[in-house]
Amino acid sequence: MSVLRKLGVRPGSLVMAVTAALTAAPTLAGCSSSQGRENLDKLVAVDGSSTVYPISEAVAEEFQRRHAARVTIGVSGTGGGFKKFCAGETAITGASRPITAVEIAACERGGVEFIELPVAYDGIAVAVHPANDWARVMTVAELARLWEPGAQGKIVKWSQIRAGWPELDVHLFGPGVDSGTYDYFTQAVVGRAHASRGDFTSSENDHVLVQGVVNDRLGLGFFGYAYYAAHQDELALVQIDDGDAQNGAGPIAPSPATIADGSYSPLTRPVFIYVSVAAAKREAVADFVEFYLARGGQLATEVGYVPLPEPVYARARERFAARTTGSMFEGGALLGTPSVLSTLAGFAVDQPFEGGS
Amino acid sequence: MGARRPSSRRLVEHALELGLLACGLVTVLTTVGILYVLGSETAAFFAEVSFAEFFGARHWTPLFADPQFGIRPLIAGTFLTSAIAIAVALPLGLLAAIYLAEFASPGLRRVLKPTLEILAGIPTIVFGYFALVFLTPLLQRVVPGLAGFNALSPGIVMGIMIVPMIASLSEDAIRAVPRSLREAAWGLGAGEAQTIFRVVLPAAYSGIAASIVLAVSRAIGETMIVTIAAGQRPWLTLDPRVPIETMTAYIIQIALGDVPADTLAHRTIFAVGTTLFVLTFVTNLIAQRLTRRFREGGYE
Amino acid sequence: MLERGFRWLCASAVWLPIALLAVLLTDVVVEGVGRLDWAFITSFPSRKPEQAGVWPALVGSVYLVSLTALIALPIGVGAAIYLEEYGERRLLGSIIEVNIANLAGVPSVIYGLLGLQLFARVLGMGRSLIAGALTMALLVSPIVIMAAREALRSVPQSVRETGVALGATRWQVIRQVVLPMALPGILTGAILAVARALGEAAPLLVLGALAFVSFVPDGLDAPFTVLPIQIFNWVSRPDQAFASNAAAAIVVLLLVLLVLNSLAIVLRDWSSRRRGDS
Repeated sequence: MSVLRKLGVRPGSLVMAVTAALTAAPTLAGCSSSQGRENLDKLVAVDGSSTVYPISEAVAEEFQRRHAARVTIGVSGTGGGFKKFCAGETAITGASRPITAVEIAACERGGVEFIELPVAYDGIAVAVHPANDWARVMTVAELARLWEPGAQGKIVKWSQIRAGWPELDVHLFGPGVDSGTYDYFTQAVVGRAHASRGDFTSSENDHVLVQGVVNDRLGLGFFGYAYYAAHQDELALVQIDDGDAQNGAGPIAPSPATIADGSYSPLTRPVFIYVSVAAAKREAVADFVEFYLARGGQLATEVGYVPLPEPVYARARERFAARTTGSMFEGGALLGTPSVLSTLAGFAVDQPFEGGS
Repeated sequence: MGARRPSSRRLVEHALELGLLACGLVTVLTTVGILYVLGSETAAFFAEVSFAEFFGARHWTPLFADPQFGIRPLIAGTFLTSAIAIAVALPLGLLAAIYLAEFASPGLRRVLKPTLEILAGIPTIVFGYFALVFLTPLLQRVVPGLAGFNALSPGIVMGIMIVPMIASLSEDAIRAVPRSLREAAWGLGAGEAQTIFRVVLPAAYSGIAASIVLAVSRAIGETMIVTIAAGQRPWLTLDPRVPIETMTAYIIQIALGDVPADTLAHRTIFAVGTTLFVLTFVTNLIAQRLTRRFREGGYE
Repeated sequence: MLERGFRWLCASAVWLPIALLAVLLTDVVVEGVGRLDWAFITSFPSRKPEQAGVWPALVGSVYLVSLTALIALPIGVGAAIYLEEYGERRLLGSIIEVNIANLAGVPSVIYGLLGLQLFARVLGMGRSLIAGALTMALLVSPIVIMAAREALRSVPQSVRETGVALGATRWQVIRQVVLPMALPGILTGAILAVARALGEAAPLLVLGALAFVSFVPDGLDAPFTVLPIQIFNWVSRPDQAFASNAAAAIVVLLLVLLVLNSLAIVLRDWSSRRRGDS
């Protein structure tokens, strides 16, 4: 300290100088109002589904290497994302199910027009710990018995799902209620969207769910197939038997092939991004969406998703270019695999849909 | 002595004093703010959910179809992790305090005390990482049926983190016991351990109790360790091997999700926050009472 | 013999937590040091763990903590001055004192709720740097106030009396004599507050943190992330590679804290030596 005094610097003034410098930095960096407006122009705010997140993250990373825009991606879940989107807070929202009638109404109230764009196929994987050697095949009925609202507090042991299974506790992991994966799963398995028991580990963060099952011999969880694919050495898949011989007899495990041809039923679905027309007026947002539709399929494969057939992407690009608004899926009323997939097939008129029937 | 000063000078002095008072009042405003924010949202919550359900129902499923708002599972989760933490921290902290106060040389004490303080200064996120990545896999080899998310691992880590708190405050209390008491005991032929347990500790009771109660408060309010390692499953149980959820972890879970504001579901974080606040406030109050008794000398 | 056993038991009670601390630090360092390099510090988060880095989180932490100090220091020192120099026997003084004692014991997550409702929503600041700084400033004020009070108390009363006897006003005495003498203690408090603010994640998580922040905050109203939250994000991912990233980020955080705390110790030593002279 005596050195400083020799230099004629008093500690008090030194502290002031340092604090001044540290606080000047952020304000200088974003100083003038024109700079601020420019930054806002180049900001692409994305939110929504944790299932679509890995694709959006990959696209954003590649996009930002080539363009001077800034992309932020939140993970509020499909439902949470729509709430923000219809309030005009985000430009793009990812969804692992089609938009519902309630959400369409909310967007109308918020004055937000949306463009619906499919970006990939995903399967919902049901996974258990590798040491779990009894629950490798389950029927949809058994899954329903495990997950329906009435099971809360009652179905707590494996032996209650199927006779002969161990008398051990079952620890359940699943996405939270804001998740489109949750909505799709409950609709497909229990028969009603949003209807399930509440006493399981719920998280919008699929990584937490994977972590849960990987570390728990008694765990069972459901999450996007991509999250399973990233950890297939530490997880075991449950094959699902939907009792419908028409789209593949017997129990089927999810894989890029069974997801692409729709035989992994009822847990295959397309995932979407919804773009706000108002936001698309900004160059940064339009560029980002076009990049998404151009490279999304390839990047989706990289992160464990199943790309759509190329004609579907081509039609999506046309749809965006024409800024066509509205949803093809009648406000989510068509939730449930076969009709969703066939509607998507009808979307790409030039290419008939293979498989599924 | 009053030297005559120009009234402008006096005005400036007065203004400065008011300015400084305003600074002090910021803390009062903070308390008012906390009470208002918690209170108003909680009142709105209880307009829709009865006290009977909040305290009586056995399930906490506020976000699901057919929601239930029983806070017992969350309280059970908090209780379980805190109890494990205190079970670890109390014996270790007390024995450490005894060592530092009675047996350690001044030189050793000068080294050991700051080293223990380092434990208290490490960010809790680091402890959370340690519990999940290091301790849980280790314990899984020893404890049968230990799930990846459980109450045992974060409880133990929290306990270790709290040891300095109990050790430091208890040590002060023990050292404050007058030498005369000890010498009387030795004079009567008591050994070291006997003296400590029969004479010194009871004499230092208030200070030690204060440290334990403060540690309880700290454990109840701990967030990051349990959020990372204890799980997100509200479950009414006393089994430390299964996933559970604490009050603090629930607040983080909802904050990270996206429940829209002004809905009943969103207000649950304030209802839980108020419960948490009341619990820590009461324990802190008890600790303050005990500290005052200790300072005023609770022994002859 | 029993006595020896008892002594040994007590000694191990001290050494056990220290040993566990050593194990924790060793584990983190071993796990993280291999990942730690200049690229890690200057890179942005990425989906590929080997390319991911802590730059936005590090810069966000520095900005947040500087802003927090800028807000909390004047308020905290002001409050301490009031309590020590003006408010000793007054009702307002004791009300403020009671408040500080209570606030110090409130869990940090409650401050997050306060910040969320008051700063982010009612005052409309959203999930911004300034909202975070204000929330953290409220959290650490008790630390600043308590340290500043200690520092002010250590200034001998005779100094103040001399000043008044020489005809100076109360404020002149405070500003020109007492404060400079108390400065090292005050700075120590500032550093302790900063260290606390650096390590906190819970209140900022409640306030709202983005999962993917790919740029450095560029203004007070910008979204941001901090080191503890980046660590939290990485710990939540099951890949072993991200666990290494988390460990490396922890090493960065601990190093910064080490520097800060050493500074505090140096300052404390310097101030006690200085007091010894006067």
